[in-house]
Amino acid sequence: MGPIDHGQGDNYHTPAFQHPGNQMAETSTAPRSFQEIILRLQSYWASKGCAIMQPYDMEVGAGTFHPATTLRSLGTQPWAAAYVQPSRRPTDGRYGENPNRLQHYYQYQVLIKPSPPDLQALYLGSLEAIGIDMALHDIRFVEDDWESPTLGAWGLGWEVWCDGMEVSQFTYFQQVGGHDCKPVSGELTYGLERLAIYILGVDHVMDMPFNDPDAPIPLTYGDVFRQTEEEYSRFNFDTAETEILLRHFEDAERECEAILSHPAEDPKTGKRIIMAHPAYDQCIKASHLFNLLDARGVISVTERQAYIGRVRALAKQCADAFVQTEAGGFIAPTGDAA
Amino acid sequence: MPDFLLELFSEEIPARMQAKAAADLKKLVTDGLVEAGLTYASAGAFSTPRRLTLTVEGLTSDSPDVTEERKGPRTDAPEKALDGFLRATGLTKDQLEIRDDKKGQTYFARIVKPGRPAEDILATLIPATIRAFPWPKSMRWGAGSLRWVRPLHSILCILSDENGASVVPFDVDGLAAGDTTEGHRFMAPGRFTVTSFDDYAAKLKRARVLLSSEDRADHIWHDATNMAFAAGLEVVDDKGLLAEVAGLVEYPVVLMGEIGTEFLDLPPEVLQTSMKEHQKFFSIKNPKTGRIERFITVANRETADHGATILAGNGKVLAARLSDAKFFWENDLRIAKADMSDWTRALENVTFHNRLGTQAARIDRIAALARDLAPAVGADPEKAEAAARIAKADLSSEMVYEFPELQGLMGRYYAEAAGYPSDVAVACQEHYSPLGPSDDVPTAPVSVAVALADKLDTLTGFWAIAEKPTGSKDPYALRRAALGVIRLVLVNGLRLNLDRYIDAQLVRSEAALHDALGGRATEELLAEIAEHGVFGAAFHAVRDRLDDLHDAFLELADRVPDASDDLLRFIHDRLKVHLREEGIRHDVIDACLAMPGSDDLALLVNRATALAGFLASDDGENLVQGYKRAANILSQAEEKDGVEYRFGADAKFAETDEEKALFAALATAESAVAPALEADDFPAAMAAMADLRAPIDAFFETVQVNAENEILRRNRLNLLHEITASCAKIADLSRIEG
Repeated sequence: MGPIDHGQGDNYHTPAFQHPGNQMAETSTAPRSFQEIILRLQSYWASKGCAIMQPYDMEVGAGTFHPATTLRSLGTQPWAAAYVQPSRRPTDGRYGENPNRLQHYYQYQVLIKPSPPDLQALYLGSLEAIGIDMALHDIRFVEDDWESPTLGAWGLGWEVWCDGMEVSQFTYFQQVGGHDCKPVSGELTYGLERLAIYILGVDHVMDMPFNDPDAPIPLTYGDVFRQTEEEYSRFNFDTAETEILLRHFEDAERECEAILSHPAEDPKTGKRIIMAHPAYDQCIKASHLFNLLDARGVISVTERQAYIGRVRALAKQCADAFVQTEAGGFIAPTGDAA
Repeated sequence: MPDFLLELFSEEIPARMQAKAAADLKKLVTDGLVEAGLTYASAGAFSTPRRLTLTVEGLTSDSPDVTEERKGPRTDAPEKALDGFLRATGLTKDQLEIRDDKKGQTYFARIVKPGRPAEDILATLIPATIRAFPWPKSMRWGAGSLRWVRPLHSILCILSDENGASVVPFDVDGLAAGDTTEGHRFMAPGRFTVTSFDDYAAKLKRARVLLSSEDRADHIWHDATNMAFAAGLEVVDDKGLLAEVAGLVEYPVVLMGEIGTEFLDLPPEVLQTSMKEHQKFFSIKNPKTGRIERFITVANRETADHGATILAGNGKVLAARLSDAKFFWENDLRIAKADMSDWTRALENVTFHNRLGTQAARIDRIAALARDLAPAVGADPEKAEAAARIAKADLSSEMVYEFPELQGLMGRYYAEAAGYPSDVAVACQEHYSPLGPSDDVPTAPVSVAVALADKLDTLTGFWAIAEKPTGSKDPYALRRAALGVIRLVLVNGLRLNLDRYIDAQLVRSEAALHDALGGRATEELLAEIAEHGVFGAAFHAVRDRLDDLHDAFLELADRVPDASDDLLRFIHDRLKVHLREEGIRHDVIDACLAMPGSDDLALLVNRATALAGFLASDDGENLVQGYKRAANILSQAEEKDGVEYRFGADAKFAETDEEKALFAALATAESAVAPALEADDFPAAMAAMADLRAPIDAFFETVQVNAENEILRRNRLNLLHEITASCAKIADLSRIEG
């Protein structure tokens, strides 16, 4: 499913990356920890002009759900943002035992609108920045078209392979929330744990150094997340109360539609305030609740389609609302109260 | 004679689209050149992951001048007419010619449309071709509106001759044509200038790009087979994978790696699927053991460490995937050996369809039907039921969750591990077949019983809830299921009265929908259907025997026969499509469908095949004409007289020799046709009917049916009825067209 499917699937590890000599000052040393890889990506994309944003404060299945991607890829306003997004995929929980499957993981997400002509080169630069030596590795762009049925979105692009391992998704958005993307955004999604396991040469995600291994208190990924993986795996698979989840799903759906049904003009301030983001929060909630219900195994194949359709309907309404806002490129007709 | 070179350089083109794109580029451009009046000696197209290239050699440098003559007004016409003509032609009066025409002195204009240089033609043709290029999927990028398969970065477009090369001047959405390109992304970055196709190919080669996909594929296959041979192994042939991999690299470097010994005991299909689908690896087999022991991957570059890092990385990714697979395999085997009850139980919680209930409930229905069907397909009922009960168990296995394409195959492995007989295990794999019109049809009896039951249950289930395909919408692949039933029956020559099984399975589906039907009543109804072979009689028997039947049960009396008829019609429609592809006309099938026993598809097809053969013969075609003539005369007479002429044709009233001969021939035919039909020997029945052709023709030629003598007339009309009645035993010939 493309970028939002990111972060799962492979176990991989290699001997530590060769030091590429003095190719670039910033890659002269291989990163030593998970966080160093994140920090290098942050400073790389900051140096390329992206606004470094913070994770969205809601449960999402992938970095694409962050409004900095979903909503900002709509409309005509230029945009460039990069951020880490904690992502939850309840069905992928393995109680922290599987070397590479997690129900909670991090994605690194870059969105630039309009997509710059040198986006591939910029992306390859980011791989060098985190210690991948292009002279020794085999980087490939392999067709992978992205579609998000829940967001009513699709794009064309690739999964990027490094020595046969998928390290990123690279997508040119064509449609989001049923709207044609004009201009087109370029989206990069890195599955951080997967990438880090490979670069750091560890066998099991839980053994990966989270901070500097020489720090006074060295922490592994397992020190930080093993227990939570266990707790959430049990919760997601066996104890999440499905009736409550179903009720919350319906509440979120109703709330989203209710928010959008208010007239644009706020009676209190007299301003034109379309509440696209609050409505979209409810769409995100509905989507995550659906994922939880799915993990609980209570959604049948045919019901699945119906639920996905309901979330997509919300995403479309939010997209419709966002393009009526200033950030979505709406320009108030002259003479109108601005 | 200049040569033309075009290269469209883009971000990575999906491998599967490259070959067609190169062919399309060649066709569109050369067609355009010819249409514009140019000719060329030869043309060739190439593709790599990042470029489409076209070379046209020996192109004419200009299109020829075209002269057109236009007739104007007569010289004595008013001045205004001449002015108009001059305006229209753009000439002056002294440029016109005056010639004698039939009506007098007339002005003529000779308009010369000068030829255009090839450069001008190309400068229009190429941008138009780019804009209208038939990619299966295309996209926009940045702020532009141009569509291409992925962002288009540069256009190299030159005409070259002995004096050098020149750029064909045009731009597409701000992208100007030039005379430069670049080589391999990593091994030879930087742009270079190109002066001709030879120069281009040579410079690309230096810049580590093999332009031709055939060359890349040959190179990969050559190196791969050599490497495998040197190790005493062989490459598992896979043309599709080879073409795909050749489309993923500009500079192929073949690397062979080991598969960890701990993975060598995995089923070979698991190794192969995992390596091919996820990693695009070739499988390397040990010919002595048949096991897959190594892999070959194709990298896109050379490295200072001769691919060691790349191979190590690929090996690690594979090891990770295979350790997942091994973990799944071992877990799955444990559950399989414990009789798969974990899986069959899990299917109780999987909804098949929100109205039709769970997978487990569906499996119960399929198992019951497989048991019913077993005797008719020559299978052991116990085995058929057992196979149906475990055939879908692998859907709950971890391996199938991970590799859905292995469903069925894993079922077979797990059934074997669980100790089921091999025909039961094979049925687990084969019961999904046939999936497509060219898919193999199972022939092992247990497989056939389960495969048929699976498909009939799908059909009856969706018919019971009235979810039938409409137009192009067939979300549950019901057309495919119906075709599966048809092919299973025909390929195996099964003599089955489908009605009985459809009725029974509709009752089971109804029982799943309505609790109110009552378990006992349903059971008795199913037993009666098995007994009577028809729903109606079975239903009446149960209704007469049991009291307190719920309304829901009584409603079955209408619902089941309607749905059953409708479903059989649907299957017949698919059969018509299937037979039409086999060259049997629809009217021939209609003529046979009208006959009793049309739910026996093998019988139906035998009849249709024999009829088609018969109609193709001279006798057959004439007999149909004779039949139609008889039927026409008869129906006109019946309409006119208001009586039916059905009985009592008597040979003793026959007057002419031809009439007597026809009586005799009908009697002879009857005595041959009846036993042939009894034995379902349609070719013999039709051969016997063929003997009627001559007497019927002779009869119509010499005998006046509507005779003055009323007794004679009535007797002849009754005789006509005997002709039509005889014919009607083989097929409803009134449906034959022409």
